[in-house]
Amino acid sequence: MVPTSYYIVLSAILFGLGVFAFIFKRNLITMFMSIELMLNAVNLAFVAFSQALGKPDGQVFVLFVIVVAAAEAAVGLGIIILIARNRQSLNVERVDLLKL
Amino acid sequence: MPTTIFTPMLDYLWIIPLLPLLGSAVNGLLGSKWPNKTVTWVAIGSTGLSFLCALEAVREFFASGQVPFRKEFFTWIAAGNFRAGFDLQMDQLTVVMVLVVTGVGWLIHIYATGYMAHEGGYYRFFSYLNLFMFFMLILVLAANYVLLFVGWEGVGLCSYLLIGFYFLKKSASNAGNKAFIVTRIGDFGFMLGMLLLFRAFGTLDFQTLFDAQHAGGWPVETSGQLGTLTFACLLLFMGACGKSAQLPLYVWLPDAMEGPTPVSALIHAATMVTAGVYMVARSNVLFTRAPTAMLVVAIIGCATAFFAATIGLVQTDIKKVLAYSTISQLGYMFLACGVGVYTAGIFHLMTHAFFKALLFLAAGSVIHAVGGEQDMRSMGGLYKKIPYTFWTMLIATLAIAGIPVFAGFFSKDAILFGAFQSESGGHILYAFGLLTALLTSFYMFRLIFLTFSGKPRYDEHKVHVHESPWNMLGPLVVLAVLSVIGGWFAFPAFFKGPDYFANFLGPLFGAHKAAGGGTEAAHNLELILAGVAVVAAAIGLLVAYWLYSRQPGKADELAKSMQPAYKTLLNKYYVDELYDAAVVRPLVWLSTQVFWKAADVGAIDAAVNGIASGTTAIGDGVRHTQSGNTRSYAVWVVVGAIVILGIVFFWPSLGKPVAGMVR
Repeated sequence: MVPTSYYIVLSAILFGLGVFAFIFKRNLITMFMSIELMLNAVNLAFVAFSQALGKPDGQVFVLFVIVVAAAEAAVGLGIIILIARNRQSLNVERVDLLKL
Repeated sequence: MPTTIFTPMLDYLWIIPLLPLLGSAVNGLLGSKWPNKTVTWVAIGSTGLSFLCALEAVREFFASGQVPFRKEFFTWIAAGNFRAGFDLQMDQLTVVMVLVVTGVGWLIHIYATGYMAHEGGYYRFFSYLNLFMFFMLILVLAANYVLLFVGWEGVGLCSYLLIGFYFLKKSASNAGNKAFIVTRIGDFGFMLGMLLLFRAFGTLDFQTLFDAQHAGGWPVETSGQLGTLTFACLLLFMGACGKSAQLPLYVWLPDAMEGPTPVSALIHAATMVTAGVYMVARSNVLFTRAPTAMLVVAIIGCATAFFAATIGLVQTDIKKVLAYSTISQLGYMFLACGVGVYTAGIFHLMTHAFFKALLFLAAGSVIHAVGGEQDMRSMGGLYKKIPYTFWTMLIATLAIAGIPVFAGFFSKDAILFGAFQSESGGHILYAFGLLTALLTSFYMFRLIFLTFSGKPRYDEHKVHVHESPWNMLGPLVVLAVLSVIGGWFAFPAFFKGPDYFANFLGPLFGAHKAAGGGTEAAHNLELILAGVAVVAAAIGLLVAYWLYSRQPGKADELAKSMQPAYKTLLNKYYVDELYDAAVVRPLVWLSTQVFWKAADVGAIDAAVNGIASGTTAIGDGVRHTQSGNTRSYAVWVVVGAIVILGIVFFWPSLGKPVAGMVR
C-alpha cells in the first residue's frame, strides 16, 4: 500500500504548480486551468486523508468541490468569453479596470 | 400639624408661585399671536390672583397663631444622606417678603401695561416679568438653601433677559451680560457656602440647620477663632454682595438701568436686589454665631451706602441717580443686618420696596412725559405739567430722605439707632450712616429740583409734555400711600409703645430683639438720634434747594472749583475702568492668546486636523496596493496564506483551537 505521505507530497507539488502557474502566466485560460489544478490537488489530499482515517467525510467534500468547480467553470468561462470579445485579448495585464 | 384650623391655601402653598409661571408660559408660548389686551389680562390676572392667594395664605398664617408653617411637597434631589426637597414655608419673614413681592409686583405689572403699550415684544416683556415673579416667589418661599438657590439663579436669569430687553441696542445687551457675569461671581461664593454648610452639618434645610444651631452644637465663633460658620457666612455674604450690588460687585446695577423702567423698579429696586438682604436675614442664626462675618457685613454695607451716595451726588441721568440710591439703601439694609438689627433691615427692605418702586415708576412717568429723555439737565419745570407724577415722586423723595411721618424715616432711624448701639465700631458706622442720610437727602432733592422746578430746559416746541395714562398713575398713587403709611408700624414705638414690626419678626431673630431696648435711656437716645437724622436730612434738602432752585448755576461753579473731586465722582471713582484693566482685559488676553490661539487652535484643532490629514496620507500610500492587476492580488493571497501557515507552524500556541470552537 502506498503511504499517505506520498499522496500529500504529490498534492502539495500539484498545488504549488497551480499557484506558480496562476501567478506567472498571463493568459486567462491558463490561469483558469491552474485554479482547476489547485482544486484537484486539494481533492487529492482530501481523498488521501479519507482513506488514511477510514472516514467518508473527505470524499463527500471532494464531491462538493467538484460540483462547485463545475459551476465556477461555467461562470468563469463565460466571463473569459466576454473579456475576449471586448478586448480582443486574453492578456490578464489588460484586465485592470478596478485599479484606482 | 397640631393646628386644627382649616388652612387650604397654606396646604397648597405652591399655587402662589405657580400662577405667575402659568401666566409666563401662556404668554410666552401663545402671546405672540394675541392682541396686547389678552396678554395684559393674562399677565395682570395671574399675578393678581397670586397676590390674592398670598393674602389668603397670610390670613391663614395669622389665624393659626403665627406658627411657622412648613410643608414638603416632593423630593427633588436625594443622594445618599442629602435631601433637597420642593419644600415651601411660611413664617414671619416670608409673610413680609411674599406680600412685598406679589403686591408691589402686581402694581408694577399694571404700570407696565401703560409704560410698555407702544413697545415691540409686549408679550415677551410680560412673559419675562411673570417668570421673574415665579422665581422670586420660589426664592422667598423656599425652605432650604438649594431651592432658594433655584429662585436666586432664576431671578438672575430674568434680570438678564429684561436688562437686555432691547437686545438690538448694543449697550443693553452688554449691560445684561455684565449683570449676569458679575452676579455669577457672587453666586460662586454662595454655592461654596452651601457646600461648606452641607459638609459641616449634613443638611441644607433651614429648619434642621437652624435647630442644630439652637441646640447648642456650635459655639459662637469670636474674632479669635475663625471656624466653619465664619467662612460659610462670608461665602453666603459674597453671594448676597453679587445679587444685592454691594461694594466689590455693585458695578452691574447702574448699567442695569438699560432695561425698561418697570423692570428697574421691580427687579433692580424693589425685589430682586433685596434677595441678598433676605438671605442674610434668613441665615441670621448662622450669622449671629459668627461675629466676624457680621462685622464684615456691617462694614461692607456701611461703606457701600456711603460710597454709592457720593456717586449719586453728581449723576445727571435720572435713572442712574436712582440706581446709586438703590445701592446706597441696600447698603443700609446690610448695615442693619451686620449690627444685628435684622428687623430694622427687613423693615427698611419693605419701606424701600414701596418708595423706591414709586421713585422708579415716577421717573418712568417723567421719561414717558418728556418723550424718552433721561438726562435731568434737559428737564426742569415739569411741576405744573405732570402734577400727579410730581406729587407722588415728592412723597417718595420725602420718604427716602427720612423726613418724619414718611415710611423711610422709621426704618432708617431704626437702622441708625441699631448701628449706634452695636458694640464693635458702632459710632463710626453710625457717623457714616448719618452722613449718607444727609447725602441721600441732598441728591434726591437735587433730582426733584432739577426735574420739576425752574424753567424748562427741553425744546418746548418739539417735546409735547403729557401726563401718563391712568394705568400708570394708579400704581403711583397706591405706592405713594404705602410710602406714607408703610412705616407706621413703628409709630407707637416712638411713644414708648410696642414696636409692632419688630415684635412680629422677633421670634425669627431670636435673642436679637427689636431696636429700642425698652429702657428709658435707650428710648431717649433713640429720640435724640432721630432728631439728628432729621436735621441731617433737612440740611441736605436746604443745600439742594439753595444750589439747584434758588441760585441755578451755583452748582456748576462749585463743580468747577472742585474739579478733581467732581471728575472722580462723575466717573464713579473709575471703578469700571479699574475692573476693565484688572479683570476684563487680562481675561480677554488669556482667552484670546492662550485658550483660543494656543490651546484651541494650536493643540485641539491641530490634533484633530493632524489625525485627519495623517489618515489621508496613509490611505494615499496604501491605495497603490490596489493596482487592478489580478496577479498581484494573487501574490498577496499567497503571501497571506504563507504568513498564516508560518505562524501556525512556528508559534503553535496560536494554532490551538479557541475554547468555543471545540465540539
